Amino acid sequence: MSTRPFLRIDNIRKRFGPIVASDGVSLEIEEGEIHSLLGENGAGKSVLMSMICGMVRPDEGDIVYKGQPVSFASPRDAIRQRIGMVHQHFMLVPNLTVAENYILGQGSALSVISDMDKVHRKIRALSERYALDVRPDAIVEDLSVGEQQRVEILKVLFHGIDLLILDEPTAVLTPQETDRLLCLMSDLVKDGKTVVFISHKLDEVMRVSNRISVMRDGRVVHTVKVGETNARELARMMVGRDVRMELPRNPEPPGPIVLSVENLACRAENGIPAVRGVSFDVRAGEIVGIAGVSGNGQTELSLALSGLLPVDTGRVVLNGKEITGLDPAAINARSFSHIPEDRHKHGIVLPLSLSENTILQRYDQKPFATGGMLNGRVIAEHTRDLIKRFRVKSRDENQPIAALSGGNQQKLVVARELARNPDFILVNQLTRGIDIGAMEFVMEEMLKQRDSGRAILLISTELEELFAICDRILVMFHGGILGELPPDRTRLDELGLLMAGNKEQPAPAG
Amino acid sequence: MDDMMLLTFLATLVGAAWRLATPLIFASIGEVFSERAGVLNIGLEGTMLVGAFCGFAAASATGNIPLGLLAGVAGGMLFGLVFAFFTITIKADQIVVGAALNLLGMGLTAFLFRTYYVSTGKGIDIAQPVHIPWLSDLPFLGEAFFRQNLIVYSTILAAILATLVLYRTSFGLTLRAVGEHPKAVDVAGRSVPGYRYAAVLVGTGFAGLGGAFLTLGHSNQFVEGMTSGRGFIALAVVVFARWSPIGAFFVSLLFGLFYALQLMLQAQASIVVPYQVLQALPYIMTIITLVVFRGKGAAPSKLGQPYEMR
Repeated sequence: MSTRPFLRIDNIRKRFGPIVASDGVSLEIEEGEIHSLLGENGAGKSVLMSMICGMVRPDEGDIVYKGQPVSFASPRDAIRQRIGMVHQHFMLVPNLTVAENYILGQGSALSVISDMDKVHRKIRALSERYALDVRPDAIVEDLSVGEQQRVEILKVLFHGIDLLILDEPTAVLTPQETDRLLCLMSDLVKDGKTVVFISHKLDEVMRVSNRISVMRDGRVVHTVKVGETNARELARMMVGRDVRMELPRNPEPPGPIVLSVENLACRAENGIPAVRGVSFDVRAGEIVGIAGVSGNGQTELSLALSGLLPVDTGRVVLNGKEITGLDPAAINARSFSHIPEDRHKHGIVLPLSLSENTILQRYDQKPFATGGMLNGRVIAEHTRDLIKRFRVKSRDENQPIAALSGGNQQKLVVARELARNPDFILVNQLTRGIDIGAMEFVMEEMLKQRDSGRAILLISTELEELFAICDRILVMFHGGILGELPPDRTRLDELGLLMAGNKEQPAPAG
Repeated sequence: MDDMMLLTFLATLVGAAWRLATPLIFASIGEVFSERAGVLNIGLEGTMLVGAFCGFAAASATGNIPLGLLAGVAGGMLFGLVFAFFTITIKADQIVVGAALNLLGMGLTAFLFRTYYVSTGKGIDIAQPVHIPWLSDLPFLGEAFFRQNLIVYSTILAAILATLVLYRTSFGLTLRAVGEHPKAVDVAGRSVPGYRYAAVLVGTGFAGLGGAFLTLGHSNQFVEGMTSGRGFIALAVVVFARWSPIGAFFVSLLFGLFYALQLMLQAQASIVVPYQVLQALPYIMTIITLVVFRGKGAAPSKLGQPYEMR
């Protein structure tokens, strides 16, 4: 390794209005290493990398790349210097072909597109070289998320890079796809490239990195070699305190059936069948997980159960009474709580206050209202109580909920739904967009609910979350339930195969 | 009606349809560019009126029709620049600005016309049909297709050229990307506002040309509010045409057919339907089109949304 770092970031600062995104970040990346950036949401990882690839200009500080100070005015400048980034939200135009996406912005604006054959040949050659299955004439929107990511990675390679930045690339992948990506990263390094891997998943970071830098509150708090640390220490550095990695379990046998779903089918908003005949039961005192790559009908299943999407066929029975086809208010009134996937769309009303958000479903009921008038004092007391019990970080109950962080918004949604004393709780993406500290808290709350005899259905794309709190895991693929597994981490391969739609048992290892 | 009369009727109908479709073809092809870049310009009506007035003013001053057309394009683009500034630079709501510009276009052209021209009552010489040897003399087909002026013929050229630019150039590729995923364009190092400005200017230039045709190739006078809703119909054409220039050409022809049909049916004494009903035909068809084809399917996904880098 050379003494001079490949990329040196020196005391970078960046503010967006009142928010400090980078608070004097310093970081050194060596040539030919896989350097992971670990940190919670909002720690400043993505912003830092956006500055390196020219999307955002730092307010202060220096970036020295290959020994030269650089200042990129646009991403194109960074691409010219052979720095490429694969963004968390893909930069692919959905209605164009792969090849068209690759030549977007290249050459003169006035040029006539010619010689697409040459572009196609170059893409095929690269695709073979890195064993990335990418067809140049495929339309991007027809591809799965995993395929789109391959297209995105190959796009960066197509433009020619020495430094590759991957922003949370594994969030959308099955375990097998993740394995392939981690292998690809190693191959790229063998090919002389340098990789920066942004993630908040400790296990992946531990597996693939040479060095790991942990970010917190807009700073790099620590850089360590992978052999000199462990997951627990990394988690502590991320959060700033000890984190319990394993939650205590209380293996009580589950009680009677609370929710029963029989042969449920429904279509997505665009009319395409999304849930195709799903049956399962959830019993009192158990957490049933639904795993699956996003887009396999989980969203529609949860909307149909909560009455937000019309049911085509099948029955949903709650506490022995059929609730199929009822409107959401009627379902809510029957001891059914819903912690939705998209809290901004279905969970809260952003401009309203915390108080108003806590009574969204019960604003017309006693004690919150009498004779059509709201009881401000009762509502405020109720909200203050929830804020205290669920440790929602906020100024007071009159603050608009939009001012809270994602984690605190989620805590309030969870608090509201649990305060209604439901028999059944439908949870879709319990921990999406929230930090480890809040994650641990809401997961513990779910376990407490289970222990007090509630039935919980947890839909999630985060396998760690499912393994941590579920009693059994159903795998959803293409609108159906493909199988059931116990929450046993040693059976991850099996789970991954089911998530990819493969029903056969995997070949025995070794 | 015997067969000969029917054939003559149909030939005249088709010829008139193309002529009446011409302003729609220009305006809708232009709007395809604008909307593909994510900018919904409902100010087409006002822009067409400005084009019609500028074309009329320039031609009546110089007696030169090409110069008049050029003035129509320039007037439309100038109007478009105002729209682009407010919607792209200031990021004001596209619908609000478009509605304001419609009112401005109507009021401004009426004011200028009344102030400077109405007392003269003078018409202008308009573009005459070109006689194409042999073809123009063909029975029926000649009447239907080969007795138009050059502006009408140029609609074919416009549709082909627009298609080539949109699908075969780097500019067109980037433009289409801007309406779907502007951030990807930004990351690829191209200016999203720059492309949106260009798209709006192309769009309003075409709308101005369509307006100028009304005064320079159709009627020989400017009349207040003479576009009579063509700008709005062009918006419907774009939806029906699924945002394609060739589609816009043919859908405009279909609407031209409704215009021609209502004109010719009014002249038929044997038809007892009140003429107001017939006059409403193109507008009724517009509403039906929008209801039937309202599906979002092919619409650029960022249509109508301002772009924020961060």
